[in-house]
Amino acid sequence: MNWHEKIEKNVMLMAVLILITVSLGGLVEIVPLYNIEATIEKVDGVRPYSPLELRGRDIYIREGCYTCHSQMIRPFKDEVERYGHYSLAAESMYDHPFQWGSKRTGPDLARVGGKYSNDWHVAHLESPRQVVPESVMPPYAFLTKKNLDSSDVAARMETLQTLGVPYTAEQIANAEADLKAQTDPEEDTEGLLARYPKAEVANFDGNAGKVSEMDALVAYLQILGQMVDFTDLEAEDLRQY
Amino acid sequence: MSAVAATADQAAGAVRSEATPYNEAIVRMFTVATIFWGVVGFLMGVIIAYQLAFPLLNLDLEWTTFGRLRPVHTSAVIFAFGGNALLATSLYVVQRTCRTSLFGGPALASFLFWGYQLFILLAASGYVLGISQGREYAEPEWYVDLWLTIVWVVYLVIFAGTIIQRKEAHIYVANWFYLAFIITIAMLHIGNNLALPVSFLGTDSYPVASGVQDAMTQWWYGHNAVGFFLTAGFLGMMYYFVPKRANRPVYSYRLSIVHFWALTFLYIWAGPHHLHYTALPDWAQTLGMTFSIMLWMPSWGGMINGIMTLSGAWDKLRTDPVLRFLVAAVAFYGMSTFEGPVMSIKPVNALSHYTDWTVGHVHSGALGWVAFVSFGAMYFLVPKLWKREGLYSLKLVSYHFWIATIGIVLYITAMWVSGILQGLMWRAYDSFGFLQYSFVETVEAMHPFYLIRAIGGTLFLLGSLVMVYNIIRTIRGDVSAETAEDAKIINGAMAPAE
Repeated sequence: MNWHEKIEKNVMLMAVLILITVSLGGLVEIVPLYNIEATIEKVDGVRPYSPLELRGRDIYIREGCYTCHSQMIRPFKDEVERYGHYSLAAESMYDHPFQWGSKRTGPDLARVGGKYSNDWHVAHLESPRQVVPESVMPPYAFLTKKNLDSSDVAARMETLQTLGVPYTAEQIANAEADLKAQTDPEEDTEGLLARYPKAEVANFDGNAGKVSEMDALVAYLQILGQMVDFTDLEAEDLRQY
Repeated sequence: MSAVAATADQAAGAVRSEATPYNEAIVRMFTVATIFWGVVGFLMGVIIAYQLAFPLLNLDLEWTTFGRLRPVHTSAVIFAFGGNALLATSLYVVQRTCRTSLFGGPALASFLFWGYQLFILLAASGYVLGISQGREYAEPEWYVDLWLTIVWVVYLVIFAGTIIQRKEAHIYVANWFYLAFIITIAMLHIGNNLALPVSFLGTDSYPVASGVQDAMTQWWYGHNAVGFFLTAGFLGMMYYFVPKRANRPVYSYRLSIVHFWALTFLYIWAGPHHLHYTALPDWAQTLGMTFSIMLWMPSWGGMINGIMTLSGAWDKLRTDPVLRFLVAAVAFYGMSTFEGPVMSIKPVNALSHYTDWTVGHVHSGALGWVAFVSFGAMYFLVPKLWKREGLYSLKLVSYHFWIATIGIVLYITAMWVSGILQGLMWRAYDSFGFLQYSFVETVEAMHPFYLIRAIGGTLFLLGSLVMVYNIIRTIRGDVSAETAEDAKIINGAMAPAE
C-alpha cells in the first residue's frame, strides 16, 4: 500500500480526499429530492398554517413534543387502522422544520386533528392523568396561564414566505387580526376561513379575554391531518417514485 | 508495515524525557471538563428515565418537563461529555504523535476550550428556557450554531496546523480519524443548520428546508453525528490508547487503511434508515438500507483491528482494569455495529422503529462504546497529565467497570424487551380482526422496563462517581494501600532471583 504513503504524508491532500469522500452520499441522497417532481404528491388542500396554528406549532417545537410523538403514519394495516391514512410527503411540505419524530412514547399525532374535542385537549394538556390515568405525559398547565406573544407573527410568516411557504400579502397583512379572530367565535371569521379553510375557530381554553399559549397549541393540534380530503383520491394520485 | 505506523508514537515516547514543549495544560482542562460534563449528562439521563417511570417528576414546571430536559441530556452526553473527551484526547494524541506543540499557541487553545464550554452553556440554557430548533441532536438555535461554527474552525486550524508542523514523516492513523471527524462534523453542522432567523435580535429561526427534504437533511446529519462524532472520533481514541495501554503495535496497518476509507465513504449514506416507510421516496430508503448493511464490514474490520491489537498481551485484560475498559468498549462497538445494520433492514425496522429498541441500541453504543473508551482514555491520561506514578486505586477502576457494565446490561435488555413488546402490541389483532390493544395499554406495559432502565442508568451514574473520587485522589497524588502493596509485589516479582 505504498500509494497510501502520499496521503499519509500530506495533511492537505488527506483533508481534501476526506471532504470528497464524505460529500458523495449526501449529494446523491438530498439533491434529487428537490429535483424529482414525484417526491411530493399532487394533492389538494395543503395550505400554510394560520397565524394561530403557526404559533401553536412554535410551542409544539419549543416544548420538544417530537421527543415522544411522531407525525408520520407508516403504510401498515395496524397504523392506518389506529391513526388513519398513511402520511403523505405533501402534508408536511410547508413544515419548517419537519416534525415526523422518531419515537412513540405517546401516540402518533399526524391525524389527531378533529379526533378529540377542544375541551378534551385542554383538560388533557393541563393534567394528562386526570383524563388518561396510565399516561406518562408531563403536565402543561402553564400554557393556559401564559399569554401568547403574537407581536411578531407577521414577521414569522414573512420569514417563512422567504423560505418558500406561499403566504400571500393579504394573509400577512391580516396576521394579527386573524390570530385573534380564530380564538373568538363571536367575531366575523369569514375572511379567516377563506384564507385558511378548515381552521378550527374556538375559544379553546375557555378564557374569553385573552389569547393563551394553550389556545395556539390546541388550534395547531386540531388542524393536524385535516387539510387533505382523502375521499376522492386514487392510489395513482399518491404514487411516489 | 504496522511498524511504520507504530514508530511515530514510539519515537514520541522516546523524546519525552527531554523538556517537552507539549501544551498539556489545555489537555488537563478538557479532561476535567470531560469528567464534569459526563456526570452532568448521566445525571440528566437518570432524571428523565425516572420521569418516564414516574411522570410526577416532571414537577409541573415548564422548565423541568421531559420535552425540555431530554435535549439537555442528549446534548450533555454527546457534545459536552463526548465532545470534551474528543477534544482532550485529540489534542493530546496529535501533539505526541507529531512530536510538536499545538499550532497557534496557548492563547488559541484557551479560546477553543472556553469557546466550546460557552457553546454547551448557551445550548443547554436555551433548551430549559424553551429555545430550540426542534430537530433531534441539532436543537441549538441559529446564534449558538454560528458560535459553534467559529469554535469548530479554530479547532480544525489548531489540529491541522499541528499536523503540518509535525516532526514525523507519517501522520499517525489516530489522527486520520480525528481529522475526518472534525471535517465531516463541520460539513454536517453547517449543512443541517441552514436557517433564517425571524429577527436578528430574537432567538427563533426557521430552517431553510421543509418536510421531506428537511427530514432527509436532518437524518443525514443525525446519523452521521453518530458516524463521525461518536464513531470516527472515538476510533481515533481507540487507535492511540489501545496500542499504548497494551504496549503492542496496531494489529494491521493495511486493515487500518481499509477501515478508514471504507468507514468514511459508507457512513454518510446510511441516514435514510431513520426514515423507513415514511414519506421519503423508496429509492432513498433502499439506498440507506443497502449502505447500512455494507457498513457492517468496515465496522467489524475496525473492531478486529482494535481487539487483535492485544495479540500477545491478552493476560493484561486480567490484571489491568483500564485496558479492560478500552477493550470492552471495542467489544460493545462490535455489538452495536452488528445490531445497527440488522435494525436498518426494512422488515426489522417496521417493528423496531418508534420503539425503545432504538433507544436501547443507541445506549449500547453510547454507554458501552463511547463512554467506556472515554473512561479508559481518562484513566490512562490523568496520571500522565498530572505526573503521577499511577492511579490512586486500580481496584476502584475495577469496581467502576463492573458497576457500569451491570448498569448497561440492565439498560439494554430492558429496552430490548420493552421495544419488541411494544412493537408487537401495536400490531396485534384479536380473533375478531380488531386491534387488540389501545395505545395507552402499550404505555402501561412499559412501566416495569422503564423502572429497570432507570436503575441501570443509576448504576452507570454511580460508577462514574467512583471514577470522580478515584481521579480526584490521583490528582492529589494519593496512592491507596492496596495499590502500593500491588506495586511492591510486582516490583518484587520482577526483581532478579537471588
